[in-house]
Amino acid sequence: MGHYVIRRLLQMIPVFIGSTFLIFFMVYALGDPVAALFGDRAPDPAVAAQIRKDLYLDHPLGAQYVHYMSQVFAGNFGTAFNGQAVTALMGSAFPVTLRLTLVAIVFEAVIGIMLGVVSGLRRGRTVDTSVLLLTLIVVSVPTFVSGYVLQYLFGVKWELVNPSVSFAAPIDQLILPGLVLALVSLAYVTRLTRTSIAENARADYVRTAIAKGLPRGRVIRRHLLRNSLIPVVTFIGTDIGALMGGAIVTERIFNIHGVGYQLYQGILRQNSPTVVGFVTILVIVFLMANLLVDLLYALLDPRIRYA
Amino acid sequence: MPDSHHPEKSSESIAPTGSGGAMGLATSEAETLEREPAPGRPRSLWSDAWRDLRRNPVFIISTLIILFLITIAIWPKLIASGNPLACDITKSQDGAAPGHPFGFDIQGCDVYTRTVYGARASVTVGVCATGGAALLGSVLGGLAGYFGGWWDALLSRISDVFFGIPIVLGGLVFLSVVTNTTVWPVIGFIVLLGWPQIGRIARGAVITAKQNDYVQAARALGASGPRILLRHIAPNAIAPVIVVATIALGTYIALEATLSFLGVGLRPPTVSWGIDISSASIQIRNAPHMLLWPAGALSLTVLAFIMLGEAIRDALDPRLR
Repeated sequence: MGHYVIRRLLQMIPVFIGSTFLIFFMVYALGDPVAALFGDRAPDPAVAAQIRKDLYLDHPLGAQYVHYMSQVFAGNFGTAFNGQAVTALMGSAFPVTLRLTLVAIVFEAVIGIMLGVVSGLRRGRTVDTSVLLLTLIVVSVPTFVSGYVLQYLFGVKWELVNPSVSFAAPIDQLILPGLVLALVSLAYVTRLTRTSIAENARADYVRTAIAKGLPRGRVIRRHLLRNSLIPVVTFIGTDIGALMGGAIVTERIFNIHGVGYQLYQGILRQNSPTVVGFVTILVIVFLMANLLVDLLYALLDPRIRYA
Repeated sequence: MPDSHHPEKSSESIAPTGSGGAMGLATSEAETLEREPAPGRPRSLWSDAWRDLRRNPVFIISTLIILFLITIAIWPKLIASGNPLACDITKSQDGAAPGHPFGFDIQGCDVYTRTVYGARASVTVGVCATGGAALLGSVLGGLAGYFGGWWDALLSRISDVFFGIPIVLGGLVFLSVVTNTTVWPVIGFIVLLGWPQIGRIARGAVITAKQNDYVQAARALGASGPRILLRHIAPNAIAPVIVVATIALGTYIALEATLSFLGVGLRPPTVSWGIDISSASIQIRNAPHMLLWPAGALSLTVLAFIMLGEAIRDALDPRLR
């Protein structure tokens, strides 16, 4: 197990470097952060050169990247162009997005698995067909459409919830945005669970469990579900990273000041330290979630052992 | 030797999508499309799949929708006589009127005409991006699966890098610094971040196919590497790629709309559903009709491609029969 974890951690290093360098390249080489700082006016050459020197931008890109990463690992993410430390922005943004992601994951796991089990056990019946049709429609409607439609219905027309989330973003205000963020993944979880359950329901061990007289509920929970959830757990795990990064649209619709909001503002204003810093953290979250999923396998399936 | 291993007979069912790229290998032999296998010979995977598909209502409906979309993308004038850029500000946000069934948007443009014309951008981006990603992904992924070794390891790490970047986020960063306002940067970006997904599928399919006995047999008979890869492995590994590419086409269209919605994808004066939804979203309380029509068209398009991909997958996957 220890060896496996170490090997996986080592494998992460090139991926981490690659992803962060790619973003670093796009932000610093394709865009011009110093010109962005001056907006539409042309900067005074001497001032621009001084800023470049201060921000370490007068070095080759590779050296800039190494310098930036060494700063990051010392806990210094630099300063956003408005003078705030990037870490301060992170401190206010990440907890909000974390809560939002949490709500989304709960929706995904609870509703998704429940619908999947119900339709997987009744394959070919009306319930199954309607769930399948519903997931198909949900997958096809892009988040920014479903977001606005649900916001309009629940927030404006029926006035059940506040259409805009307050700055503190308590969890009860995040329920509708969390649902919107989860919708597409929720449909995938449903379908994945359904296929997995339907496949395993024909397995020999399920027949054995039924034959030895176990109650139906116990067969489903202890035998069928546990074996069927492995691909679902994989999906939900890898989805954590995607949800945190993909919250840009949802956060924009519901005016949530989280990671997506900061990133969107940062990108539009070419606020390079903010963008690269936030993306670096997101890449780490994504890689860690993937590792966690692989380790969870051993817990769910005793046949899998990491030597 | 079962029939399905002959590339000559493995082309049916995918012809209707016609979106280039991955389909190129197959459509060149589309003439064999209607030919039923001679009696007594086992049917191939593809002719089986085609027989299934012809009877599948999901396949028929989605194909009809897609054909309709492609038609109006090429000739929007067939069903919309107006000009999408001819707007009358005095009619801003008006509801439906005679000759203008969907009403008017903020600028006073006819929502119906704009919705019809919006198909062109979506279909162009979807088809080109899928073609590019499928071509790049299946070539790189297929070679990695066939040769293995360091090339495979390198490619796997590279695709991991792309998987590590959330796609909407990458699109925002990449496209916000691009000043070109045509569809090509959007297509280029989607190809860049989309190919690893298809490459991974192609790699797995090639690894499965190359372990088959007939590949060993071909090698024993002295067939060259390219010949084995193109004539024996590719026809048997292309099915999953086609399925993933068709579904991806739908998601790429949604992605283009999302990027346009965020203001970095297509830009006015290009007519795009994403742009129209974005500008309508501000006024959703007063005039929801401006948002619902382009949003409905977009969702229906994505739905059609996903349905088509799933119908093909169900027909090709014997486990689900």
